[in-house]
Amino acid sequence: MALVRLAADDDVEGWRAAARGLALAGVPADAVHWQVGDGPADLFADAEPGVPPPAPGAEAFSVPRRFVELAETALLHADPERFARLYALLLRLRDQPRAIEDRADPLIRTIEDMAKAVRRDMHKMHAFLRFRAVEEAEGERFVAWYEPEHHIVRANAGFFVRRFSTLRWSILTPQLSLHWDGISLAEGPPGQRGDAPDADPAEAAWKTYYASIFNPARLKTAAMLREMPKKYWKNMPEAALVPALVADAQRREREMIMTAQTSPAGNATLALEALREEAAQCRRCPLWKPATQTVFGEGPAGAPLMFVGEQPGDQEDLAGHPFVGPAGQLFDRALGDAGVDRSRAYVTNAVKHFKFEPRGKRRIHAKPDSGEIEACRWWIEQERDIVRPALTVALGVTAAQSLTGRSITISRARGAPVRLADGGECWITVHPSFLLRIPEADRKAEEYARFVDDLRRIGARLAELTG
Amino acid sequence: MAQLDLRAKLGILADAAKYDASCASSGTRKRSSEGQAKGIGSTEGMGICHAYAPDGRCISLLKILLTNSCIFDCHYCINRKSSNVRRARFTPAEVVELTLSFYRRNYIEGLFLSSGIIRSSDYTMEQLVEVARSLREDHHFRGYIHLKTIPDADPLLIEAAGRHADRLSINVELPTESGLARLAPEKSAPRIEGAMAGVRHKIEDRQDARRRYRSAPGFAPAGQSTQMIIGADAATDRDIMTKAHGLYDRHALRRVYYSAFSPIPDASAVLPLKRPPLIREHRLYQSDWMLRFYGYSLADISAAADPASGMLPLDMDPKLAWALRFREHFPVDVNRAPREALLRVPGLGVKAVNGILAARRWRRLRLEDIARLTRSVVKLRPFLIAEDWRPVRLGDRLEVAPPPPRQQLELFAA
Ligand code: SF4
Repeated sequence: MALVRLAADDDVEGWRAAARGLALAGVPADAVHWQVGDGPADLFADAEPGVPPPAPGAEAFSVPRRFVELAETALLHADPERFARLYALLLRLRDQPRAIEDRADPLIRTIEDMAKAVRRDMHKMHAFLRFRAVEEAEGERFVAWYEPEHHIVRANAGFFVRRFSTLRWSILTPQLSLHWDGISLAEGPPGQRGDAPDADPAEAAWKTYYASIFNPARLKTAAMLREMPKKYWKNMPEAALVPALVADAQRREREMIMTAQTSPAGNATLALEALREEAAQCRRCPLWKPATQTVFGEGPAGAPLMFVGEQPGDQEDLAGHPFVGPAGQLFDRALGDAGVDRSRAYVTNAVKHFKFEPRGKRRIHAKPDSGEIEACRWWIEQERDIVRPALTVALGVTAAQSLTGRSITISRARGAPVRLADGGECWITVHPSFLLRIPEADRKAEEYARFVDDLRRIGARLAELTG
Repeated sequence: MAQLDLRAKLGILADAAKYDASCASSGTRKRSSEGQAKGIGSTEGMGICHAYAPDGRCISLLKILLTNSCIFDCHYCINRKSSNVRRARFTPAEVVELTLSFYRRNYIEGLFLSSGIIRSSDYTMEQLVEVARSLREDHHFRGYIHLKTIPDADPLLIEAAGRHADRLSINVELPTESGLARLAPEKSAPRIEGAMAGVRHKIEDRQDARRRYRSAPGFAPAGQSTQMIIGADAATDRDIMTKAHGLYDRHALRRVYYSAFSPIPDASAVLPLKRPPLIREHRLYQSDWMLRFYGYSLADISAAADPASGMLPLDMDPKLAWALRFREHFPVDVNRAPREALLRVPGLGVKAVNGILAARRWRRLRLEDIARLTRSVVKLRPFLIAEDWRPVRLGDRLEVAPPPPRQQLELFAA
């Protein structure tokens, strides 16, 4: 057994010299005790202190550059096993220098993970160390208390020198302290938290900044904790604000949405106009291409009642207005028969472009698919947000699917209200074009009567809702 | 306006800046104050996040507006003319003092300064430039400076901005022109892109000059970036990535930031009331990475989106979405496949792929080797072939075969 004493926890040079000597002497990895400082030697009573002389015929060797870099970092790790692990790797690399490339190897993986932890620790010290100013006879000095996880303080000194070379500063840690006077760096004994100042005049402003730059509408505490774990918080003045900011966030977001939702009432018409203009340029699905124009909804922005159809037809497409073709005329008649005032209703379609198949000179209506319905929901949802009708009527399956997000069978759904995700009440009935397609006159009359019946019930319900 | 004290102003003007997502402090030239008689600060290439806010965002720079007064009326913006927020304005000297005071205490990497437009574009830009100039020339500040650039400002002012700043950014604001027309009626897409093209030209010009004369003055060494607001206009994910791809291509941007539009106090009626799910923003960033680092083409990203709606799935990352649409490309043999094919395996990052390529020169890799290089081998093993592993088939569901029973192998060996 060989016993190697290193001068300090971050004594990379000492390790390098010893490791090289041990390798030349042919000492296997499990025959070395590594120790920092003068620990109790009797623990290793059987060990021979110092590095044995080179074995006869041992040849000098070199190791890959990548190993040197890896060792310089991983040796700063707090794990007492680091010296032995790196020595074991060194022995392996002496015979197979290219083995360092095998990052899937368990030993290399472990050492790389150690190096990674050290790099992260160094980086967090760059980031989370906070200076506080104190007045001294010679002027201002900036003092920080910091508790690193690994033996990184000396290795990190250069960063602070490069950045703050014209200031006078001190960094106190449980391992040692560093003092910079503007020209040279001095080392001192370990410090204690109480040695550092406990306040700084700039901290109030910094906390104001921290609280204000945070967006309460995007609370993501897990992401914050991943990068700024709690163990760092005690030395970061701003971290004291976190619990209150988090607790308050939901309330603040709710408030923002509430005010947002109450304000459109004032200029809902303006909002609807702007939306209509943007929709005129919509390219969210391919239906815009062959169609003449976007046919947007129409009616008062404050309408208590909203009718949603499937899509514009041939005549609507040319006119640019919803429900003006044969189905629209039938719809108007039914509304009249049911005693529902169309001028109080907002009329729109689930899909806002005409989908058709050309058949000679005619354009034959084609059913929109669920992708197109989904794409166009972007518009109907915003129309609903602005108009916020007390009652919505889905005319046909496409409208029902768009509003509820489910596929619906009319025969089963008609006649009873459905609650929508936005809280609105929805009734489902047939689309007037369905009535147009029925060939038998008596069945047609029968279905028309049912449709008028539905509308009458809807009218009564609306009167109930709006008082 | 009554005189506000500095802290009150800071509260207002940081609050007003918080909707801007770009806060990186990376990618600039190295600078150090060591051996310098005057000044303060350094940059080391890598950005540093000095704190994280509860919204999970990195706080690297002092991100503030010079003023939140504005003569424009962009609906998504809390500072628009018609908004009722409290207004405040810093003097350039106040911003300089605040930056230095924070920097000395190691709170920040530098400054990100933006502003509402007051009086005119030129006047506003002059004020922004003055802050950067004073930091650099009066105080020899060597930390990071990011300036928001106003598209219509005089080219001479842009020139000065680029001389002092590490990074310049011009926000395209919205991915579609119709969205811009609705939500930012005073802004124009061609003008914005024109300004970006101008900045690109200057950056490349100066890089060229510096290659020949080391002493040639630099121009925005950390390049230019932009930001798009997501979910305020009708743009689909496909539209957004098409726009981003075009911007990277035409203006050599370092970064495009995607910022899910979030409810703002005193919102305009013209704004959609619902915010997009934050996960959508995340999916867009992932697609952006696929474009820039994983060798996917714009057509690939488009194909990962739903064909009809143009939206990327929210419940899986776009790389997985692509892999499930193009199953015929999998499984990929980790011991044989070229780099490009490995990069397409969902769950394999650039680092892991490099690790595989280096390790396999040495020996044939087993599943446990891959496990050591990645976070979750369970998720990616249906897409892989390793020395001791072959997925049964990539069915409709993500069915995976259990690892071969080891003990049994040993029994056979005996
Ligand atoms: S049908 Fe709807 S989503 Fe498709 S282009 Fe027309 S308006 Fe846009």
